Amino acid sequence: MSFFTEFGRYLLMLKGMFSRPENGKMYWKEFMHQCSEIGIGSLGIVVIISVFMGAVSTLQTAYQLVSPFIPLSTIAQIVRDTVILEFSPTLVCIVLAGVVGSKIASELGNMRVSEQIDALEIMGINTKTYLIMPKLLAAIVVIPMLVVISACLGIWGGRLAGTMTGILSGAAFDKGLHQFFKPYNVFFALAKAYTFAFIISSIPAYYGYYVQGGALEIGRASTKSVVVSCVLVLFADYLLAALLL
Amino acid sequence: MIAVNNIKKGFGDKVVINDVSAVFQTGKCNLIIGTSGSGKTVLMKCLVGLFEPDSGEICYDGQNFSEMSEEQRKELRRSIGMLFQGSALFDSMTVEQNVMFPLDMFTKDNYSEKLKRVNEVLDRVNLKDANKKFPAEISGGMKKRVGIARAIVLNPKYLFCDEPNSGLDPQTSLLIDKLIKEITTEYNITTVVNTHDMNSVMEIGDNIIYMYQGLKEWEGSNKEIIFSKNQRLNDFIFASEFLQEAKEMRILEMKGKIDKDGNIK
Repeated sequence: MSFFTEFGRYLLMLKGMFSRPENGKMYWKEFMHQCSEIGIGSLGIVVIISVFMGAVSTLQTAYQLVSPFIPLSTIAQIVRDTVILEFSPTLVCIVLAGVVGSKIASELGNMRVSEQIDALEIMGINTKTYLIMPKLLAAIVVIPMLVVISACLGIWGGRLAGTMTGILSGAAFDKGLHQFFKPYNVFFALAKAYTFAFIISSIPAYYGYYVQGGALEIGRASTKSVVVSCVLVLFADYLLAALLL
Repeated sequence: MIAVNNIKKGFGDKVVINDVSAVFQTGKCNLIIGTSGSGKTVLMKCLVGLFEPDSGEICYDGQNFSEMSEEQRKELRRSIGMLFQGSALFDSMTVEQNVMFPLDMFTKDNYSEKLKRVNEVLDRVNLKDANKKFPAEISGGMKKRVGIARAIVLNPKYLFCDEPNSGLDPQTSLLIDKLIKEITTEYNITTVVNTHDMNSVMEIGDNIIYMYQGLKEWEGSNKEIIFSKNQRLNDFIFASEFLQEAKEMRILEMKGKIDKDGNIK
């Protein structure tokens, strides 16, 4: 299938999601379920990645700053900006593309192959609205929250590593954190988080929803969705940096 | 009643259904039979609107399905129940939740009313003490019965069953056939069954359509099929030597030339 055919079908899928819900209560229930699946389900891996990411940033920045003329608090400043601008939104979303994306693609793929989607269609339910929309909305609501949590934990991990290894004191780290802080960076990180959330939920949903075949094809769709999502996240990362910074 | 008029459906260059017309009567078990690849599943998917026919019309009690708006189709689909080949139960839900799902979605009943209705239909399909089990924990026959319960929970006017006996042992197949037949009569619904199970054909086939390479090759009842002169149909239905002999014995018995023990009078 050509790129344009796939892209057209992707757009039609997104358009198809916008229909009146058959029962608002059931859609809300599904939305909350997805928030829990995506948010709580990914929290563990986000916590681990964020803490280590911040810790490693501190160690590597300290390793590279060898000049005695540069104050140690600069390390905290660099860690803060790197974590907020790049590591938390991009790295966490790439990991989430694997965790959440493969789950969405395989769940929908399995529903397609086992005719569960057909069963819903025959009941008179718009499956794009019922199955895809709550996942997409949940991702858009929850992933930016995860990114904020990740940024906080990343900076905390950096502080912990700095003080534990004796590179810099807690006070010096805290001082560095307050130096030259631009609130716009947080806005930029959130803009990235919202964009990536859309990518890492809609792309796997597309690949899962249109799966044809059996178990092997579900696996393929899942892998492909993760690869395409990651590439698009990186592409969007560059585009947003070029446009917003 | 569902009337199908001259429908055609193809995929690319391949014509899968070619100018098929049929009438599926209310209160009767209408069977679509045929070899694999004969177009019976595609015909059923056209009937329920999962595939759009290339031409022709499908009328549900006089209403042309092809001309309906999306909203009208949604409305009609609430009066359709379908049992899928693989049951298509929602894996993450228990038996009770699966059957309750259409009620949750389309009714404003409270939980106790819905539970009462769920238990009623589960009782109807002879499934007890399975409410809290997940589809992975029940047998194939039980899954089919849950599928039937889910299909009838909203009191449908039309019931579609796609190969209800596939993967089941002969005894369970008979139970499922009996259940489909009873439900059809009891609820006075239009039932369309897609099968290649010979027991089903002989047991519940009030009206049978035989499909061959996308064409309707033969139509009749289970009483008439035994006397059919259509060679392809005979080869399909009475494929084994044993079944051929059984058919001949049955014909002789019906003509009164032999008794029930097979002794010549």
